[in-house]
Amino acid sequence: MAKRIDVEDVNVFYGDFLAVQDASINIAPLSVTAFIGPSGCGKSTFLRVLNRMHEVIPGGRVSGKVLLDGEDLYGPGVDPVNVRRTVGMVFQKPNPFPTMSIYDNVIAGYKIAGTKKNKSTMDDIVERSLKGANLWEEVKQRLNRPGAGLSGGQQQRLCIARAIAVEPSVLLMDEPCSALDPISTLAIEDLISELKTRYTIVIVTHNMQQAARVSDRTAFFNLAGVGQPGRLIEYDDTATIFSNPKVKATEDYISGRFG
Amino acid sequence: MSVATAPASPGSIRSELVGARLPSWAPYGSAVAAMGLAVLLRTLLDWTGWATTVLAAAALFVIVLTAWSFGIEGRRQAKNRFATTLIYASFLAAIVPLVLILTYIGVKGFSVFSADFFLRSMNGVTSRMDGGGVYHALIGTLQQVAIAAIIALPIGIFTAIYLVEYGRGTFARIVTFFVDVMTGVPSIVAGLFVYTFLLLGFGMRPFGAAGALALAILMVPVSVRASEEMLKLVPRDLRDASYALGVPKWRTVLKVVLPTAMSGLITSSLLAIARVAGETAPLILLTGYTASINFNPFSGDQATLPMMVWDQLGKRSGTTSNDLTEARAWGAALTLVLLVLILNVGARLLARLAKPKTS
Repeated sequence: MAKRIDVEDVNVFYGDFLAVQDASINIAPLSVTAFIGPSGCGKSTFLRVLNRMHEVIPGGRVSGKVLLDGEDLYGPGVDPVNVRRTVGMVFQKPNPFPTMSIYDNVIAGYKIAGTKKNKSTMDDIVERSLKGANLWEEVKQRLNRPGAGLSGGQQQRLCIARAIAVEPSVLLMDEPCSALDPISTLAIEDLISELKTRYTIVIVTHNMQQAARVSDRTAFFNLAGVGQPGRLIEYDDTATIFSNPKVKATEDYISGRFG
Repeated sequence: MSVATAPASPGSIRSELVGARLPSWAPYGSAVAAMGLAVLLRTLLDWTGWATTVLAAAALFVIVLTAWSFGIEGRRQAKNRFATTLIYASFLAAIVPLVLILTYIGVKGFSVFSADFFLRSMNGVTSRMDGGGVYHALIGTLQQVAIAAIIALPIGIFTAIYLVEYGRGTFARIVTFFVDVMTGVPSIVAGLFVYTFLLLGFGMRPFGAAGALALAILMVPVSVRASEEMLKLVPRDLRDASYALGVPKWRTVLKVVLPTAMSGLITSSLLAIARVAGETAPLILLTGYTASINFNPFSGDQATLPMMVWDQLGKRSGTTSNDLTEARAWGAALTLVLLVLILNVGARLLARLAKPKTS
């Protein structure tokens, strides 16, 4: 199920503005990769390139290759809708659909897309996804209540359940804990280590301890200055990045000397 | 300076945090003083009528309160008093005419209200006779506004969806521009347009649906503008969330954006309907007027409430008929106001039902 991602010389643009320059990275299946770096360095932008969400923004375009198990996501004839079904995403701010119940939020991927499934299959998917997101015990009595009524941490786990309900191969997480308190953050981090056994996970985070705790490999992004494109500076095993980085800028960043 | 800290009894030591304040009755005191001064001026200067005195009292009130505050509380508080007074005055200036109009229509119109008034047409009722009612006009207004809504609301909402979800570049800017221009089109121009194309062009006699067409033209820009604002309120997060699940764009619009904005769209639609329900100018050209009931909006003259007001006021001739026709005109006007009121209240109720629930 889980797939590998190989990015080759990708440039990412907003209109004429080059946001990320010449990024290449190889992400192994069933691993957790963390993107760290100062604000504006393009790590979230780069993450959105991996499931073709970048082009949703007006003027957003990408050059280069993003290979998912060897298949180019930006190749001719590739449908971004199918890409996003394979590469799921969880956002910074919990964003359950306000018009839907908890149950409907979990199966939103099928329901909104118009995929018909019978009731018992749906029930199974909801239970399995909520269990997968460690939310089942908390909400199983109130599946028909609105999803927006949950706490922030529960909403974020609901969003994770929604993302894994459509059974993607890769799960992208864009600062999934930045709006959450420490206890909810811990719950999400535990969840990430469990999900790792089934999905390839890429996570953007501003919290370096979090990167150190949850990820196998870490990529450090930086930008030379305001208005300059972001670059992938260093990519290595998390332990190496945090104990023995090869590039001076990485060491400065993780030791808090700038950024 | 003594360091021994005897607990400062309140009032004995002036803290820097406590400034001088006017007593709480200061605004009322100023009002009384201003009125007194105005009356004094009136007697001194031999003003006749009360308009000048009232205006003078209002101006004096602002001056007295601001000056008093400036003397005791200082510059910042004086500015605050001045601005507060002006804001309350603007509020009153906006609300007083509104309340007066509604009360006047209510009092004048209610005198003719009876069950018969809503169940009778004006057929055979001359200007010197008592009786008659708004039934024929109510039918016309409801039918024409309904037809206008059926034509205009889908166009308006679909245009808004285009502008918010799909429109990029020159064409979208042109559409926005023309919608803005259309918002400012005088209603009589919309009427003339339909009159030239439909009635003159095809040699038709006035009929109800022709009026509805002109109302639809007036409704589209209002509906586009209001719906656009409502759709823009849907957070981009939700669209992103839907795209990230691998949902095509059109289904995202249909299943996420529209349901989330539904409450707002209902409000905007009913407000657009209320906006055109009282239009008169195009109907003069297009629907004609008849005192009898016409259920068919596609053939023959059809009465509407605004036209009935116009017709009844136009038939005043002698003293007796003055009272009778005027009373019926007020009655029709009140019926129209109530209709719009019901639409507004209905809009709010529906919107509340469609609102996303959080708990």
